[in-house]
Amino acid sequence: MRTPVVAGWFNADDDPDGFRLLGTRCRMCGSVFFPRADAYCRNPSCAGSELDEVPLSRTGTVWSYTDGRYRPPAPYPGTPDAPWEPYTVVAVELAAERMVVLGQAAPGVTVADLAVGMAVEVVPGVLHQDAERTWTTWHWRPVGGPV
Amino acid sequence: MTDDIAVLGAGMHPWGKWGRRFVEYGVTAARSALSDAQLGWNDVQLVVGADTVRGGYPGHVAGAAFAQALGWQGARVTSVYAACASGAQAINTARAQILAGMADVALVVGADAAPKGFFAPAGGDRPDDPDWLRFRVLGATNPVYFGLYARRRMALYGDTPDDFAQVKVKNAAAGRANPHARYRKAVTAEEVAASPVVADPLRLLDICATSDGAAALVLSSMSFARRHGVDPVRIRAVSTVTPRYPRTTLDLPDFATDSAAVVAPPAIGFRASIAAAAYAEAGTGPADLDLAEVYDLSTALELEWYEDVGLCPAGEGVKLLREGATALGGRIPVNPSGGLASFGEAVPAQAISQVCELTWQLRGQAGGRQVAGARCGLSVNQGLFGHGSAVIAVR
Repeated sequence: MRTPVVAGWFNADDDPDGFRLLGTRCRMCGSVFFPRADAYCRNPSCAGSELDEVPLSRTGTVWSYTDGRYRPPAPYPGTPDAPWEPYTVVAVELAAERMVVLGQAAPGVTVADLAVGMAVEVVPGVLHQDAERTWTTWHWRPVGGPV
Repeated sequence: MTDDIAVLGAGMHPWGKWGRRFVEYGVTAARSALSDAQLGWNDVQLVVGADTVRGGYPGHVAGAAFAQALGWQGARVTSVYAACASGAQAINTARAQILAGMADVALVVGADAAPKGFFAPAGGDRPDDPDWLRFRVLGATNPVYFGLYARRRMALYGDTPDDFAQVKVKNAAAGRANPHARYRKAVTAEEVAASPVVADPLRLLDICATSDGAAALVLSSMSFARRHGVDPVRIRAVSTVTPRYPRTTLDLPDFATDSAAVVAPPAIGFRASIAAAAYAEAGTGPADLDLAEVYDLSTALELEWYEDVGLCPAGEGVKLLREGATALGGRIPVNPSGGLASFGEAVPAQAISQVCELTWQLRGQAGGRQVAGARCGLSVNQGLFGHGSAVIAVR
């Protein structure tokens, strides 16, 4: 069974071209939030409490990047005995939203493949697979990179 | 501006991995601070404990845990939690009650018994908790965020991994002269470069460890200090500001910054605003400082603080470092205590230990790490969830 690692943060991944992170936008002031704010607007000058779901930009530019050379503690999924595969984390600047959003890089993308300012796109990914579930997530990868 | 309060006593339990309960460390630090103040525990009218999540609830609310261990004597008690800023908020809480006339003499204590390895969130399945989610979804440990900041500096300002290593070299040299530090030996840039990468571009020796330790202060009103017959170090300002929306710098444990598409970002970022509020309250500025204790969770982050507390313009932190200005003997020594690089982090004790260092420096009691003629010092830190603090102390 395919299960999003967090419900409501990205859309179904059956169409890679239509894959998007999902935020919310305040009906009163237009501010956008990710992770989604559904109950109240966090603009201090706005008392809005109605927000609509809005897809975030599909592409952005690398703000910074790093990796995790050691296994993080729980609740990061995985079996502690398995050999550790470092993962890459990318902070991506979205021009329209004027915000920076984190994510893991697509499998195979290392820090050597990235540079600050590089164009990247959001793609569906898998965080972890166990006997019952495939936990789905979002990944960033250089625009036009291999799926 | 507010009135000053007096620092009558400062005390610490050495940092390390001692394998005992945090309360024991706290009692050692408290008794040391009381002895330094030439006061007894029964003279204390208010005890403020800085909480840690692990040493805090349940069963160990810090203020009461220390009060019971020292022996119930009826003092008022308060406990505060503000992540890495817990200690400074404890100082500020004591200050507010002293200035309000609710207590003349207060004891502030922070102590921690830290786990090994990465800090981890509390257990269970807690998808509403951003600190739990960042580990679950991204595996984003604290060093992952430090690595992002370091790489950003390299791209923006041309900082190099060797520059970062030189921060460790500087702080290790100062920490050698501090009997309370956990690491008390010189470190070379080659040793930093030979340590394993934790979160590219940062290596093990670029990142602060987690430690056991405790720090305590005895604070009083200025009138009590005069009656007590001392000319004390004074705390002139304590900043405990929150960020302003939209917050445009990525911070632990967040997945994203606020959007600046609708509301323009504030003129200065959160880290800079922490020190700015303290300067405004004290009526001083960076030019008045003789030393600063900044929160070097990583080597690269220390350089960021130089800029955020106004020692140099943005992007020129490395220049200041390379000139030797921030080393012992330099124009404005930063982290003469040895910093987190020499201590490791004992979360609720750390901001209190920074003020202990300011106290000893301003009294001229800092031994081999003394900043000559120090009259004004700043300590500054930042913790999770929108907490930060800065303290300005003068003599």
